[in-house]
Amino acid sequence: MTHPPYLYPGYKSTTLRAPGRELVMPGLGPDSIELTSPVFGHQELGRLDWDLTRQHPGEPLGERIIVTGRVLDTAGRPVRGALVEVWQANAAGRYLHAGDQHPAPLDPNFTGAGRCLTDDDGRYRFVTIKPGAYPWRNHHNAWRPAHIHFSVFGTAFTQRLVTQMYFPGDPLFAFDPIFQSIPDQRDRENLISRFDMDTTEPEWALGYQWDIVLGDTPMEDR
Amino acid sequence: MTESTPLRPSPVTPSQTVGPFFGYALPYGEGPRVVPDWRPDAVRVRGTVYDGAGEPIPDALVEIWQADENGEIPRRPGGRVRDGHGFSGFGRCATDPAGGYWFSTVKPGAVGGHAPYVSVLVFARGLLKPVFTRLYFPEDEAAHAADPLLGELPDERRGTLIAERTAEREYRFDVRMQGDRETVFLVF
Repeated sequence: MTHPPYLYPGYKSTTLRAPGRELVMPGLGPDSIELTSPVFGHQELGRLDWDLTRQHPGEPLGERIIVTGRVLDTAGRPVRGALVEVWQANAAGRYLHAGDQHPAPLDPNFTGAGRCLTDDDGRYRFVTIKPGAYPWRNHHNAWRPAHIHFSVFGTAFTQRLVTQMYFPGDPLFAFDPIFQSIPDQRDRENLISRFDMDTTEPEWALGYQWDIVLGDTPMEDR
Repeated sequence: MTESTPLRPSPVTPSQTVGPFFGYALPYGEGPRVVPDWRPDAVRVRGTVYDGAGEPIPDALVEIWQADENGEIPRRPGGRVRDGHGFSGFGRCATDPAGGYWFSTVKPGAVGGHAPYVSVLVFARGLLKPVFTRLYFPEDEAAHAADPLLGELPDERRGTLIAERTAEREYRFDVRMQGDRETVFLVF
């Protein structure tokens, strides 16, 4: 099983939110609505939606990074024109959200939300700031590893994916129940981006590569 | 420092929770308004997402995807920016502090052998992967009898997929994560 289970008591909020009953597998599989997906176009994106460092008058604080990779299906084919949305904490580990009580500074030059469409190779690219780790109240001394949230649409609604991209070498992986909820260590590692010198731009920003593979649907090959 | 993710095709990327702090990134102004309210055939769908203690979930995100009123699957862009005409079939609404969501849309026509339905996807803090369900309409009783999914469900659970009509062109569809009236969730 690649995905985490719904119920993972180490992540406390799953206890009252995980479905209690067995999920139903429709005998005919997904229907034609579920096997298609909404369509998004470039006209729906702001000009600088892909560059989270240029959405405000000044430079955000922190370590500027380039995050790029491809959205693929399991056969390695690019998923083109897919809407990829990202959101994240700022360099101090604080979200621009009223509910975030972490006593770390907000950055007036950083909102932390971006979006783009994949190109003909299935590639997405964002310029942003490396997010900070932050505490949460799941358990004593609970800290989230630095991460960027990703939301991706594929070619079928059943492929819809929301996940998190992590950074290599983070010492918090072993202590984080959200990361650890993924049963297989190799699957967990697929959420860790790869530092990439070829993506890194001199005098400007470090580069990270991270590919996203969307799930099959049972009737995909019809 | 060059290990992990190879560039060759790899296994499916695991899901992770949407978390509590997506509110400034994923919801957008026209998200719930799949069609404008002024369309004569617009319907309003409202509901609440409840947890296993019966408490509303204020940090859930509900998405819908559906055919148009003729049962055609939309292929035109416009899920984020809408011109008020045309129909893109996609809607997104974050729950409010009382766990409520709403959509303004049209009732879809039937597609294939199914009774008309709206595909519903719910993300939330505490959900490590989203739940899929379907919203069917109460006035289609005859079509429900022949619907391949509804026909498979035990009587006592079928009702969780059928919205309640609350007024002319208004429906209520609550999502319950657990409990006696737990919504039927689908796995494909």
